[in-house]
Amino acid sequence: MAEVVEHNKSFNSLESVISIKGLRKAFGDNKVINGFDFDLKRGENVVVLGKSGSGKSVLIKLIIGLMKPDQGSIEVFKDKVETLSTSQLDEMRVKVGFLFQSNALYDSMTVRENLEFPLRRHRKKTSKEEVNKLVMEALTNVGLPQTVDMMPSELSGGMRKRIALARTLILKPEIILYDEPTTGLDPITGKEISHLMLDIQKKYNTSSIIISHDINCVKIVANRIVMLIDGICYATGTYNELENSTDTRVKQFFE
Amino acid sequence: MIKNILIEIGLIARFTARFFREVFKPQFEFSEFLRQCFYIGNKSFPLVAITAFIMGLVITMQSRPTLVEFGAQAWLPKMISVSLVREIAPVITALICAGKIGSGIGAELGSMKVTEQIDAMDVSGTNPYKFLVVTRVMATTLMIPILAILADGISLYGGYLGCNIHGLVSWDLFWNQVFDTLVFADIVPSILKTFFFGFIIGIIGCYQGFNSSKGTEGVGQSANSAVVISSLLVFIIDLLAVQITDALNLN
Ligand SMILES: Nc1ncnc2c1ncn2[C@@H]1O[C@H](COP(=O)(O)OP(=O)(O)O)[C@@H](O)[C@H]1O
Ligand SMILES: [Mg+2]
Repeated sequence: MAEVVEHNKSFNSLESVISIKGLRKAFGDNKVINGFDFDLKRGENVVVLGKSGSGKSVLIKLIIGLMKPDQGSIEVFKDKVETLSTSQLDEMRVKVGFLFQSNALYDSMTVRENLEFPLRRHRKKTSKEEVNKLVMEALTNVGLPQTVDMMPSELSGGMRKRIALARTLILKPEIILYDEPTTGLDPITGKEISHLMLDIQKKYNTSSIIISHDINCVKIVANRIVMLIDGICYATGTYNELENSTDTRVKQFFE
Repeated sequence: MIKNILIEIGLIARFTARFFREVFKPQFEFSEFLRQCFYIGNKSFPLVAITAFIMGLVITMQSRPTLVEFGAQAWLPKMISVSLVREIAPVITALICAGKIGSGIGAELGSMKVTEQIDAMDVSGTNPYKFLVVTRVMATTLMIPILAILADGISLYGGYLGCNIHGLVSWDLFWNQVFDTLVFADIVPSILKTFFFGFIIGIIGCYQGFNSSKGTEGVGQSANSAVVISSLLVFIIDLLAVQITDALNLN
């Protein structure tokens, strides 16, 4: 394999960019996150592995403030997310990008308008030339500058994923949260997206949380893996460590 | 069943209360509002126009024989102008818009909800309630009265043609009669109620869309419920409006 992360590189000594302690979130009787502890170090790619419906999306939506936790604390760059005002939350969201599982491209807007949207909203004073430059830069980063005037409905699944990634990258976030970036794509496209994520980590030194159950993607991008089972951090380690685990609940993901 | 209906009413009330909280906050999304107004006008005017014309014509033709029986066919313009302007044109406009605009909003916001576009707006520094709901509700509240006024005129023209099938009145005579008959108490309440129709169509469409459940089935259901509930509410408002005008002796 040409490009794979250095699986054994240690991030332990680096500062935490996200720090989660005792996180709990329930919907009625459904205790989705049930005492979750976690740290993301600067420059690290962590994959959160868990079954469908285990609360992976809920976890990252709690981090970005789209849902409120019942208990516990989430610190992003030392700020407690649950105490932030709307404008502070907006500032935080400039530094933390989110790639939605369903891409969330605005159907009624062209690719250009989709990319301009977060720029114009978060940085109102950006000049027209600057906006143009950033749009083209983001599209070039994902290899699709020619789609700038197309509508999302004209693009293939893999292209839509790339455009969504470009929209996330346009604000140059320091942390990126990926919600199942390769789910629903064919294996080859999935691999391309995984390598693209790796390129981005290298180019901008981003830290990422990647939600996935695509073991090929995990193998390519993960510095470390966290197993989300029963709402807690059930196990954590590198790909090799978990692959050789004797715990049956861990092992089943690697078969 | 009854409990579910009450819960739903409570949720809609809360959603509506939020509208009044958000609408006065700064940063009105003016360009999105204009886009919606244009879209609503563009999308429903042809249908409203055709329906209003046909209703004007048909009501006139059907009322005529009864009046002829009493030898009162000269009253035809008077009678139809009251029923068209007071009742038929505003209600038909509202029902068409509930079907076309309300379901459109329900489906659009519903699919935005299930494909996480609403969450995406939120993380892009935009309050989705202000951007999507406030603009759409303001647009329907403004545009449905405008469409209803146009429908008044068009249905009266249909009425004029209806009168003339049997060579009854001249253009001038018809309009003189119409404007002699219609007074402030006919026109103002009938326009006022269309603001409420518009508001209800917008808010119910948005509420259904925002609370759409996952999957394409959920989106279809949102669109469908938006039409059913807002059409029902249009009739309820209409019923309340006639009670109020009656109590004020305006009928
Ligand atoms: N807004 C919500 N309201 C109620 N239940 C929810 C909501 N969002 C998620 N859930 C529930 O939380 C659980 C985890 O969902 P999710 O995080 O989407 O799973 P996944 O790990 O597949 O991403 C599911 O059982 C889901 O039904
Ligand atoms: Mg998910």
